[in-house]
Amino acid sequence: MGKIEDLQVINGEGYQLTRLEKVLGTARANSVWPLPFATSCCGIEYMATMGSNYDLARFGMERMSFSPRQADLLIVAGTISKKLGPVLKQVYEQMAEPKWVLSVGACACSGGIFDTYSVLQGIDRIIPVDVYVPGCPPRPEQIIDGIIRIHELVKNEPLRRRYSDEYKHLLKDYNIETNDPEQSDK
Amino acid sequence: MNWTEEDEKAPLFKQNESARTELSKETIDGEIATLNLGPTHPATHGIFQNILQVDGEKILSSEQTVGYIHRAFEKIAERRPYNQITPLTDRLNYCSSPINNMGWHMTVEKLIGADISKRVDYMRVIIMELARIADHLVCNSVIGVDTGALTGFTYVFQEREKIYELYEEVCGARLTTNVGRIGGFERDFSPEFHKKLKNFLQTFPKVFNEFDSLLARNRIFMDRTRNAGPISGERALEYGFTGPNLRAAGIDYDVRHMNPYSSYQDFDFIIPVGVNGDTYDRFMVRQEEIRQSLKIIEQAYNNLPEGDYHADIPEFYLPPKDMVYNNMEALIYHFKIVMGETPVPVGEVYHSVEGGNGEVGFHLISDGGRSPYRLQFRRPCFIYYQAYPEMITGQTISDAVLTLSSLNVIAGELDG
Amino acid sequence: MTQNSLTNESVFERIKAQFGEGILAMEEPYGMLTLEVKPETVHDLVKWLKEDDKFQVSFLTLLGGIHYPENTGKELGVNYHLHSLVHNFRIRLRAYFPIENPEIDSITDIHTCANWMERETYDFYGIQFKGHPNLVRILNEDTMDYFPMRKEYHLEDATREDKDDRFFGR
Repeated sequence: MGKIEDLQVINGEGYQLTRLEKVLGTARANSVWPLPFATSCCGIEYMATMGSNYDLARFGMERMSFSPRQADLLIVAGTISKKLGPVLKQVYEQMAEPKWVLSVGACACSGGIFDTYSVLQGIDRIIPVDVYVPGCPPRPEQIIDGIIRIHELVKNEPLRRRYSDEYKHLLKDYNIETNDPEQSDK
Repeated sequence: MNWTEEDEKAPLFKQNESARTELSKETIDGEIATLNLGPTHPATHGIFQNILQVDGEKILSSEQTVGYIHRAFEKIAERRPYNQITPLTDRLNYCSSPINNMGWHMTVEKLIGADISKRVDYMRVIIMELARIADHLVCNSVIGVDTGALTGFTYVFQEREKIYELYEEVCGARLTTNVGRIGGFERDFSPEFHKKLKNFLQTFPKVFNEFDSLLARNRIFMDRTRNAGPISGERALEYGFTGPNLRAAGIDYDVRHMNPYSSYQDFDFIIPVGVNGDTYDRFMVRQEEIRQSLKIIEQAYNNLPEGDYHADIPEFYLPPKDMVYNNMEALIYHFKIVMGETPVPVGEVYHSVEGGNGEVGFHLISDGGRSPYRLQFRRPCFIYYQAYPEMITGQTISDAVLTLSSLNVIAGELDG
Repeated sequence: MTQNSLTNESVFERIKAQFGEGILAMEEPYGMLTLEVKPETVHDLVKWLKEDDKFQVSFLTLLGGIHYPENTGKELGVNYHLHSLVHNFRIRLRAYFPIENPEIDSITDIHTCANWMERETYDFYGIQFKGHPNLVRILNEDTMDYFPMRKEYHLEDATREDKDDRFFGR
C-alpha cells in the first residue's frame, strides 16, 4: 500500500523533494477505479471479493466504475466467447489512458477448460493484459493478490510510458486506435 | 429600441413556444426511443443484451440477444469420459454447482443401475440444500441491491461464505465444487464439517431473519417490487417455467416432490407458492424455500444413517490410494477409471433434479463408448428467459431491471 | 405422494389407436415411454397429447437434436420430452429425417417455450423447423457457416495455430 516512505522523500526545512512520477504513481495506485467485466463463474467469486469478508474497498477500490470512460482498471472475470470479443475490445477502447487490464480466471487468461469453437482462447488475443490471475475460479485471495500486483505496476509506471514507441507499437499490434494526447494537442 | 403595444402583447418566445407545442403533440408524447440494455450494463447481472423500445419510462417491446458466453458444453461432453463431465456441470449454474454435480452423478448411476445407500442420499441432500440456500441468497440479496438496499447483500454474503467453508470441508473447492463421485462421495464428512454445520445451523437462522425483516415487510421494498414483472401461472407453464419462478406464479411443481430422488420422500417440507408471479412473490417464495431447506438439512443431519459414504461400484468409484499401491485389482480399476476406459451400458436415460432455478435435466444417450453419444442439459434459465419481453412490456425500465434479477438468470446456464 | 394413473401400455395403446401408421417404434428405456414417430406426425401428436382430456401432457420439458451419421436416410433427429404435470407422466417422442432435407414442423404454436429450443437445435444441427416465427441462430454468431454439433465437426477451434498436434497425441 502507498506508504509515504516509498516516495523516497527528501525532507528539508520547509520543503520536500521527491519525484513527480512517484507522487502521481502513489496517488493513482490508491484510487484505482475498476470496471468489473464479470461474465460467468469468476464473476461470483469477484462478488465475494467485493463482499464484506474480503472487502476490496480496503485497497481504495470502493467505487466500481460501470462506465468505461471513468475507469482505470478493466477486470475481466470469466469466459469471453468469440461473440463477446468485439464488445470487450470496444469497452477497452472506450477507457481513457492510463488504463490497466486484470485477467481473472483460466478462461480469461487462456480459454481454460473450454477449448471449443465458440470460446476465445485468452483475452490477450484482442487486448493487452497486465496481470493474469490463474484459477478456475481463483479464490478471492488470489484476486486480491492480482490487484496488489496491478497496484505495484501503477505505482512504478514511468510517466512517459504511454507516449513511448513501444506502447504505441503494442496497441498497433492489437489494432487498437491510439487516442494519442500529443497528436491531439497539435 | 422602441417598444410598441403590440410587442408587449406578443408572447416573448413566440417561435420557440410554437415549436414546443409541436414537439409535445407529435414528438414528445409519441417519441419512441431505442435503449440498449446490455450486453455490459451494470444492471444486468451477467451478459445479456436487451434492445428496448421505450416511450419515456415505459417499455413497449424488447428484443433479446443471448449466447455471449456460449461455451459448447454439449459438444465437450461428447468428448469427455463420464467422470470428467462433472466439472462441466459445475459451470452451468455456478451459484449452486453441487446440485448440478449430483444431478449428473445420479443420472449416471441410473444408467449403470448402481445401488446407492441411504447415507449417501442423506449426505447429498445436506449438500444440495446448502447449495440451494447459497443460490437463493445471491438472488434475493441482489434484488435488494437493485432496489437500492446494499446492506442486505453485504450482510448475507458473510453467511454465504460459511456455506463455502462447508463445501471446502467436503471437497476443497468453494464455487466450482466438483463435489462427490459417481456412486457417492470421495470422503466422509470430516469432524470439522460436523462442527461447522452445527454452527451454521445455529447462527444462520438469526442472520437470515434479520435479512428478512430488512426487506420482506419493508414498505418501500414492497411498493417497489409488487406488480413488477408479473406472469400468470398459465403463461408461466407455456413458457416452460420451473422452480421458484413457476411456484411464485402459483403452480406447485417441484421435482423434489413430484419425482423424488435421493430419498427426498423421507423429509417433511412444504412447497411455498405465490399468487401474482411478480417480483415480490418470487422474492418471498425464495425466502420461504431457504427456511424449508434449513428444515430439510436439520432433518437429514439429525437422522444421518450409518453406513458407507459410497456405493460398491469398483468400476466407477476410485479405490483408496493405499489399495492402488498394494492391490492388483484396485490398480487396474484405478487405471481404467482415470483413462476413461470403463464400459458403460448402452441406453438412454433422462434424470432431473430441482436446481436453484428449476428442473435441471440430463438427457444422456450412451452407445457404450467412453463418453456419452449425446448429452443434453435441460437448462431452466434458457427456457424461461424467453418470457422476459412479455413480462416487462408495459412496465418501466427500473421494473425491468428488478424482473431480470428476480428471475435469477445465470449466464452460464443460459448460454450453455 | 404422486399420482401416476397412466401406464406406458395404456398410453401407447391409445396413441396407436389414434395415429396408427404414424408411430414407427416403441421402446421403454429405463421406464420412460419412447415413441419413434414419423416427422409429419409429430406436430399433430404433440397437439393431441396436450389437448386430450385424459392425458393433459401439457408441459414441454426438453427439445433437442441428435445426429447419427451412419443411419442413412435417418441421420438427423429431434427428441421431445413431454410431461403431464397432472398425472406425473413423462413421454419421449423422436423423429428422424435425412440430412439432405432436415425438415420438421415447428411446435411453437402449441408450446411457446419451444421457440428458443428449436432455434438452438437449428443452431447446433441445422434442422429446419417449418412454421417457426424467427428461425435464426441463437447461441453462435450469425456469421457461422456450419452446424457445430454435427458429428463431423471438431470440438476445438479450427483456426487455432498455437496448438501443435504432436504434443497432444493426435
